Amino acid sequence: MARIVLTQQLQRFTYVPEVEADAATLREALEASFAANPQLRGYVLDEQGHIRKHVAVFIDGQMLTNRQNLSHPLGPTSEVYVLQALSGG
Amino acid sequence: MSHRAWIATRKGLFQYILDTGKRTPGWHLASSSFLGEPVSMVLPGGNDHPMIAALNLGHFGVKCHASDDWGDSWHDIATPAFPPQPDEPADAENKDVPWKLQQIWSLAAADGVIWAGTHPGGLFFSKDCGDSWQLVESLWNRPERRGWFGGGYDVPGIHSICIDPRDPQHLLLGISCGGAWVTRDGGKNWELHAKGMNAAYMPPEQAGEENIQDAHAIAQCTAAPDTLWCQHHCGIWRSTDAAASWQEIKAPVSSFGFAVAAHPRDPDTAWFVPAASDQLRIPVHGALCVNRTRDGGKSFETLRTGLPQKDCYDLIYRHALAVSDDGQHLMMGSTTGNLWISDDGGDSWQTLSNTLPPIFAVRFEAIV
Repeated sequence: MARIVLTQQLQRFTYVPEVEADAATLREALEASFAANPQLRGYVLDEQGHIRKHVAVFIDGQMLTNRQNLSHPLGPTSEVYVLQALSGG
Repeated sequence: MSHRAWIATRKGLFQYILDTGKRTPGWHLASSSFLGEPVSMVLPGGNDHPMIAALNLGHFGVKCHASDDWGDSWHDIATPAFPPQPDEPADAENKDVPWKLQQIWSLAAADGVIWAGTHPGGLFFSKDCGDSWQLVESLWNRPERRGWFGGGYDVPGIHSICIDPRDPQHLLLGISCGGAWVTRDGGKNWELHAKGMNAAYMPPEQAGEENIQDAHAIAQCTAAPDTLWCQHHCGIWRSTDAAASWQEIKAPVSSFGFAVAAHPRDPDTAWFVPAASDQLRIPVHGALCVNRTRDGGKSFETLRTGLPQKDCYDLIYRHALAVSDDGQHLMMGSTTGNLWISDDGGDSWQTLSNTLPPIFAVRFEAIV
């Protein structure tokens, strides 16, 4: 099961669940988080379905550089961190 | 009549109330909301719509909130969103801007419809108090939109929405940089109406092109809605024929600036805040002043009483000068977080705060 950790800085705005999901891609992992709290989608993704410009996503320690391609594969024990970037403040 | 004023800032929304009682008369800070968050625009509540605050969270996007109790409590409402962007060839010469909401820059409401102007140049409306929004595709799909460009921002933006009090289907938009656009049928059809404006920042043969004019702000006289005042990047223009034509006006100190306020009852009176043009964007000689005309722009008085006249580097953004609906009170806030009030039409000013965050917008609301 992949583990998805969303920044607790989002707690100021909405409920932040801890999610473990049988997700083969980043998209599936994010959708599992959005299923737990649909409001999260608009905080993490823009209306074109891309990772927001000032949200940082790490998959197994590697920062995602392509914000438009959410089909990045995940392994059965992958960890996904969705964080507030240091830009954009 | 008493008033409240809403101050939208880089770090929250603040409410001032005019106390007309005998014990503590004057303007007082009454509340704050969204402390720490950028509030790009605020719409005071009305008979048929709630108060709306548009936040521009640095990391997590634009969010809208509504209040029915003057900011004591807020609830989330929908945020305008662009439709899916069509693919373009990678080597397209004139690529479109990303269809992504960057900021709500203007809000206006009439007849049960709330209008939102945005970066990157989309106009949205809501007929259900913000529970849902629709893009005005008739404007967004105009081929001329691809000729708009950013002024101070990377993308164009709709900063002014003037709704004709006689006819809520008649709107005028000010766009930076995209001229002035008019609809008379509630947004189904649009016409460009910036004839007479002049853009010195363009190659000479294109200076009169209407679609690239950098109107910084456009204000309308409520009692005489055919009278419009435009603070433009290259000067001041006025129209008395509902934007069919625009005539240039020369102001003292400087004709450059961002803010304009139109007297709601007197079509000959308006206020401007001059700044050193246009690379500097600070008060001329470090002395802040307000230009007021009371004869339709034929002449101006430069008002300085109560405003800092030395070592002042405050800029007044385009939405940060407001006039109350009786024309008596003026409030202005600066990039430096200073807030001033005039209760005599601009003749004299008092400092309300020197310590607010950078101020984006000021809006009055009458207390009835």
